[in-house]
Amino acid sequence: MEDKVIVCKDLTKKFGDFYAVNKISFDVFKGEIFGFLGANGAGKTTAMRILCGLSFPSSGEAAVAGFNVYKQQESIKKNIGYMSQKFSLYENLTIVENIEFFGGVYGVSRKEIRERSDKLVEQLGLQQEAKKLVGALPLGWKQKLAFSVAIFHRPKIVFLDEPTGGVDPVTRRQFWDMIYDASASGITIFVTTHYMDEAEYCNRVSMMVDGKIEALDTPGNLKKQFSAETMDEVFYQLSRRAVRKDD
Amino acid sequence: MKQLLVFIRKEFYHVFRDPRTLLIMFGLPVVQIILFGFALTSEVKNADILILDHSNDVQTIQITSKIKASSYFIVHGEAKDNPAIENYFKRGTVKCVLVFPPHFSSDLFHNGSARIQIIADGSDPNTAKTIINYLTAIISDYQRENFPSATLPYQITTEPRMLYNEDDNGSLNYIPGVMALILMLVCTALTSVSIVKEKELGTMEVLLVSPFKPVMVLIAKAVPYFLLSMVNFTLILLLSDFLLHIEIRGNLLLLFSESALFILTCLSFGLLISNTTNAQQTALLISMMGMMLPTIIFTGFLFPLENMPRIFQVIANIVPSKWYFIIVKAVMLKGLGFRYVWKETLVLIGMTGLLLAIALKNFKIRLQ
Repeated sequence: MEDKVIVCKDLTKKFGDFYAVNKISFDVFKGEIFGFLGANGAGKTTAMRILCGLSFPSSGEAAVAGFNVYKQQESIKKNIGYMSQKFSLYENLTIVENIEFFGGVYGVSRKEIRERSDKLVEQLGLQQEAKKLVGALPLGWKQKLAFSVAIFHRPKIVFLDEPTGGVDPVTRRQFWDMIYDASASGITIFVTTHYMDEAEYCNRVSMMVDGKIEALDTPGNLKKQFSAETMDEVFYQLSRRAVRKDD
Repeated sequence: MKQLLVFIRKEFYHVFRDPRTLLIMFGLPVVQIILFGFALTSEVKNADILILDHSNDVQTIQITSKIKASSYFIVHGEAKDNPAIENYFKRGTVKCVLVFPPHFSSDLFHNGSARIQIIADGSDPNTAKTIINYLTAIISDYQRENFPSATLPYQITTEPRMLYNEDDNGSLNYIPGVMALILMLVCTALTSVSIVKEKELGTMEVLLVSPFKPVMVLIAKAVPYFLLSMVNFTLILLLSDFLLHIEIRGNLLLLFSESALFILTCLSFGLLISNTTNAQQTALLISMMGMMLPTIIFTGFLFPLENMPRIFQVIANIVPSKWYFIIVKAVMLKGLGFRYVWKETLVLIGMTGLLLAIALKNFKIRLQ
């Protein structure tokens, strides 16, 4: 494994006396699918917000796509994509208008937007729906579209915050196919999820408990380490140690 | 800059595809103008009155016919006796009863003075006072015509003139007030709701993660609503000109610039509200309900501020629409120039600056 696209060293975020993120250190490599797991309230979101350039850490070091999280938030933002569990496209805009908007916000040229959006609509098989409002699409399609929009500007890294919440198993499978394609094209995937079968799809998985990373390895090694049959069991064993309650 | 244009275009899509926004934006002004212009009038026309004539002589009949001839009153027959009067008031069918005592003429000619009793329905004091004034005027008119200064060697006659409103157009005072009210409600509500909507839907998160600067989000939100509000303002002006026949006397450019300033004040208010809440419902409630009452009461177009207790007059000073109302009245109705409204303009600029500063500061804090 060669290029490090995310480097974290002793990253900490304090709110008053409360350590939301407590000295976490890890690296993510180019093109990797990195699963960022943890129970609700373990500090995943806080860590992710720092890496996305939305908030500053209290101490520690981190670089995303080679840019410092303290000083170069703007550069970080230009090089990442983001998709949240909440559906994040505009329902009363058409598919093409959504693509044009987000492409435009990321500074993709108009000509390129047109070329790529035609191709994208074709790939997704949405030619019929291209002029329809996004609100009329089924949820599975919306999530797939949201992912395509998140990587439309060809970011180095894409952050996915529970991207498959509420989606049926078939669509989830298709969604992961898209993630694999993106990863194969060199985009690093940083994904949080509560589905342990999805954790199995990741190249490496980190487990966060009470603001700390308690385990980090490939799904196979983790299962060995905890002598567990499934990732589900690994997750359960680790999460039971948590003192903090869901927030 | 290109990003900003992309964003603004998106905002316009939102507005034009949402029937509710369009309704608030363009329906509300039309309804308000019509309501305030036509329904809300303090004039009394066609008031129902009764006459109880115990004399029935030449003078009382002349006075009665003079009253009947006026367009202000509809005389509903004549009551027979005093107890009947009270019944009419109880049923609410008349607003006023005029009672001529017995021997009206002989009192007038032999004693040199006669009395007429005017009984009005005091449960509606404003109308009652107006009716009494009208009736008194008609009667003194009669007196002047028939007994011209016979007894009074020196007479003072008043010659009233309604400056800036010679036709006594009742909706004149309301229109600037309604303009302030509409702009306040529409701009504030729509801006705050459109930002809070993005928070509620989760698209705000995506925008914040994008390289688009947070401050630019606010600007991109404000620009479309600013433009639409200017269109809205033009619509109100046209309506009041053509529908309510209100002559716009002042400089149009000045009027538009002052209104642009007030719209900015309202937009800043909207931005501030959007920072304090995460739910569209709350934003709408604060901006619609929270703004409506203070604006109606403290602008001064329904209730004169001068008559309020000192404390309320002080409070009124922090209501932006009060200042805008003064400006519009001066410019639009009196045709005055900038040097008559510069103080009010300065107050509005100050308010806008302050609101905007707080809004931007809050917006940044929330991002930390």
